[in-house]
Amino acid sequence: MHELAIAESVVSAVLERTGGRVSVVRLRVGRLAGVVPDALMFCFELAAAGTALEGAALEIEERAGEARCRDCDSRFSMRDAFLLCDCGSADVELLSGRELQVTSVEVA
Amino acid sequence: MCSTCGCGDSDVRVTTPGAATTDGHGHGEHSHDAEHGHGERSHDHVHPEPDDELRTHTLELEVAVLAKNDGLAARNRVWLAERGITALNLMSSPGAGKTTLLERTIAATHRAVSVIEGDQETLFDAERIRAAGARAVQVNTGAGCHLDAMMVSRALEQLRPEPKSIVFIENVGNLVCPALFDLGELRKVVVISVTEGDDKPLKYPHMFAAADLVVINKTDLLPYVDFDIERLTADARKLNPDVQLVPVSAKTGDNLEAWLAWLT
Repeated sequence: MHELAIAESVVSAVLERTGGRVSVVRLRVGRLAGVVPDALMFCFELAAAGTALEGAALEIEERAGEARCRDCDSRFSMRDAFLLCDCGSADVELLSGRELQVTSVEVA
Repeated sequence: MCSTCGCGDSDVRVTTPGAATTDGHGHGEHSHDAEHGHGERSHDHVHPEPDDELRTHTLELEVAVLAKNDGLAARNRVWLAERGITALNLMSSPGAGKTTLLERTIAATHRAVSVIEGDQETLFDAERIRAAGARAVQVNTGAGCHLDAMMVSRALEQLRPEPKSIVFIENVGNLVCPALFDLGELRKVVVISVTEGDDKPLKYPHMFAAADLVVINKTDLLPYVDFDIERLTADARKLNPDVQLVPVSAKTGDNLEAWLAWLT
């Protein structure tokens, strides 16, 4: 359950930069980031309880895994964590999918 | 959870076996004012007029969620590099043989070795390492399922590793959570034992994607289990094309020289 530690990091990152009075916290979470959005939602409520973020809503924007094949130069969406192109090459560059960021907050 | 700041390390204990020092809650250098800088106390924000209460505005942050951990990890990495210390983050499921591999390694290597042991509870592993002849501190994470950069920073303060030595950070046995947390290590090593099955890279892709080296342990048991080293290798490389794999038996010492060669 590392989502609790992630949620605590979200709360502390937002509190540091805003000092509370936040009604919405927005995150960008890549599908390959190793974080389960539902579990993170659940943990955020726990982590925010008793802080200035208590009651704030969490909005998660999921980002699909995108990659580029260095051999055939095609870009493709990743269905799983395999760094493999349909052309058979494993020389693949990951373009997105590992994001784990607080993008913005709604402050009063 | 820490009641002041909501950080999750209130149950973490760092202990040197045989010494009287237990760092209980001990936020150490983790000062609430400086590190967490809760703005509501520093009053660097503007209090809006009552009429503005219902109006909100969007504040763009674009900050990495794990930025604090990554910053501490970077600090650990610099601290280790300045002393020529090689730090390796050892990860596996519980019982894969990390501690046995370390006992063997301590006996076989000429470099000074010290160990940070991570477990939810007990000093068992740190005591095994000490009995094997190396210095060790135990980090007990309580409910925590992984080590983070702050715990390692506190453990390094107690461990005081020798310059140019090797520090093994034996993470909490878990193939999921430790993959996400940078500790400041030079390399990540995943230990998988043949009794766990060769399907683990596909089941736990994040862990294998993060690894620099996969040690396949308990090869002495290969005659008794269905474990296909070729399959494990192929699957691990699908996730991580550059990963190296070394089969060993920490129990018998078979092929240990390949692991020791990788270490140097």
